Amino acid sequence: MKCDREQLTIAPDGKPMDQQPAWRCDFPVDVPQDNYVARRDFTKFMVLTSLAFTVGQFWIGAQNIWRKRSGKPALKHIATLSEVPVGKAITFDYPHEHDTCILVRISETDVVAYSQKCTHLQCAVTPDAENNCLHCPCHNGNFELSTGRVLGGPPRRPLPKVTLTIKGDEIYAAGMEVRTV
Amino acid sequence: MPVPDHLEFFIDPNRCIGCQACVQACSECDTHKGESMIHLEYVNRNESVQTVPVVCMHCDQPTCAEVCPADAIKRTEDGVVQSARKPRCIACGNCVMACPFGVPEINMEQLLMKKCDMCYDRSSVGKKPMCATVCPSQALFFGTREEIERLRPLSMPTNRFQFGNQTITTKVNMMVPRTSVVTPPLVDITAAMEQRTPQRSFSLNVMVEDPFAEVSTETV
Repeated sequence: MKCDREQLTIAPDGKPMDQQPAWRCDFPVDVPQDNYVARRDFTKFMVLTSLAFTVGQFWIGAQNIWRKRSGKPALKHIATLSEVPVGKAITFDYPHEHDTCILVRISETDVVAYSQKCTHLQCAVTPDAENNCLHCPCHNGNFELSTGRVLGGPPRRPLPKVTLTIKGDEIYAAGMEVRTV
Repeated sequence: MPVPDHLEFFIDPNRCIGCQACVQACSECDTHKGESMIHLEYVNRNESVQTVPVVCMHCDQPTCAEVCPADAIKRTEDGVVQSARKPRCIACGNCVMACPFGVPEINMEQLLMKKCDMCYDRSSVGKKPMCATVCPSQALFFGTREEIERLRPLSMPTNRFQFGNQTITTKVNMMVPRTSVVTPPLVDITAAMEQRTPQRSFSLNVMVEDPFAEVSTETV
């Protein structure tokens, strides 16, 4: 193994660096050798990192296209208005089985529903009717109950909103609105 | 800034009086942050009060760095083996087991290996390490080779040690008697482990006959 720089510390077997295993060059004992970055290594790091970022951009684009193609999720019956009294909340799965959402009846006429996963680290949010917000107990994140926007805490993005359709007494989920601000 | 080449560390265990001044001074050094890194060991407590100060010998092929799985122990260009790097050290204790001189210690509160680094903040600017400044009998001496030859004409420095099958050369020197039978100058560390204390028979003056006479002849 050829080292880019001469080592000061001699290996215990006393043999020259050319006859030493490759790891001795990668993990040298000497500080100057340890701090030394070869131009080739630096260039390799820059090229590979740039490549990773470029691939990431394409990946995000591909995901966007895929999400648009999959279309709107199907209409799903959640509950009847009579099952949810004013100030109470129920949970349901939408659009898929393990995507838990929370439905809160604010007043006689207003019903709102959001994804229950906090946009910070996916903890389940709980309704806090007294303070008119949705509270995440993990890191004290708060979301406004009427809009789902962030009031405080670590989350940056509002909760994904479930579009609701009310036909008579029946409540239906009719789509997911993912927002960034 | 590296430690100047002409200044060397000399340990003379013969002169150690066990006053613990080095232990106290060591904790004053800024690089250890209040923790003493020097070991003041009794050579054989059963038989003698002789003590020996143990500082890092700063090996040319540091075994502690060889065995470190986290690549945390590094040696600066002047040959000083530094304490483990805090972001890398995983407090596995391999270095503690491997060091032939028993120098590194694991601080379990900080989960960090700390060891004598020759007071790098002081020695790198040409000052003496804390222990060498306070040692009243100069068992720990930091200076030039000419000085030590002038001051200790009966001793000579050696930096070669034998530990099992491993020969170790160090930056720090050990003073051995000039009339030493060991040639080339080399201190065998593990040899002391093989030595048995000589068996001795003794007689009690109050008894007329020696009751151990038979026993001692059988066993010796």
